Amino acid sequence: MAKHNAASSERARGDKTPRGLRTVKGKAGDESPLGLDRLIHERLRLGIVSALAVNDSLSFNDLKRLMNTTDGNLSVHARKLEEAHYVTCNKSFEGRVPRTSYALTPSGRRALERYLDHMEALIRATRDR
Amino acid sequence: MADVLPIRRRPSNPPEMQARAMDNLRFIRETMEAAGTFTAVSGWGQVVIGVTAVFAALIAARQPDPAAWVLVWAAEAILAGLVAVWFMYDKARSASLPLLSGSARKMLFSFTPVFVVGMVVTVAFMERGMTPLLPGLWMLLYGTGVVAAGAFSVRIVPVMGAAFIFVGCAALFLPATWSTGLMMAGFGGLHIVFGYLIARRHGG
Repeated sequence: MAKHNAASSERARGDKTPRGLRTVKGKAGDESPLGLDRLIHERLRLGIVSALAVNDSLSFNDLKRLMNTTDGNLSVHARKLEEAHYVTCNKSFEGRVPRTSYALTPSGRRALERYLDHMEALIRATRDR
Repeated sequence: MADVLPIRRRPSNPPEMQARAMDNLRFIRETMEAAGTFTAVSGWGQVVIGVTAVFAALIAARQPDPAAWVLVWAAEAILAGLVAVWFMYDKARSASLPLLSGSARKMLFSFTPVFVVGMVVTVAFMERGMTPLLPGLWMLLYGTGVVAAGAFSVRIVPVMGAAFIFVGCAALFLPATWSTGLMMAGFGGLHIVFGYLIARRHGG
């Protein structure tokens, strides 16, 4: 009965989250209605996290070139990831030239893995329908 | 009465969600592949290749005939290939990446035709007694391969290719007596300088 009630209330809310997605474990910082981690769901931030996942670290210019974006845009999104402790920022000097590099934290890597799991679960769930 | 428009967008239907999810996964994979090129080329590998090329140029200069000269450089090409693969493997392993990632595979496909053409033209030039033209031709071909393969890599790689093309052009028109110096400057010097820059800026 309780199960029936829960299902009815989901229908009443118009909850269309595919059933398979509810099996994705882990908690994202800021979740969308589908339970996605909004922080890395945004394209540029997803790109930054994906690029850093296959590199120990990347410089600001490398990321800018890879993402084909502007300095301001990249700074804003990198800062958000930094505030969420998904990436770390390291500022240093190469001779007299300042160099900013970013690296993915274990928490950021887990967030990306969760996101990938979520996407795969979403595809599986919608395919099974 | 006017139509009532929903304030919030209705949740996407399943096919749309599936398409978006697949698009997101594709984006992640492509970004990783593009970013993966940062680890594909080993700068230190290029430095080692440059050092072996300097020795090869010195050894080749002492050879009595053109065939022996070509043989020395052929041996150097094989050695350089092995060094490049070993260092790329080592770099990929330290970054927990497969050696033949998408970008590394594209680089391999870009280089293969250049090497095949280089071998065929070398044999043809030797048969016609045109070996003095080989240094320029090799550097032009190598530079072309590096520029093509560099399209999938960091910007410094195609720049290195362009430098090889420049030295190759010079070698074609300068006296044959300069060939040892030009080979040393090209396959030796350019590899050492650009390899060092790649290693410093792109993680080894």
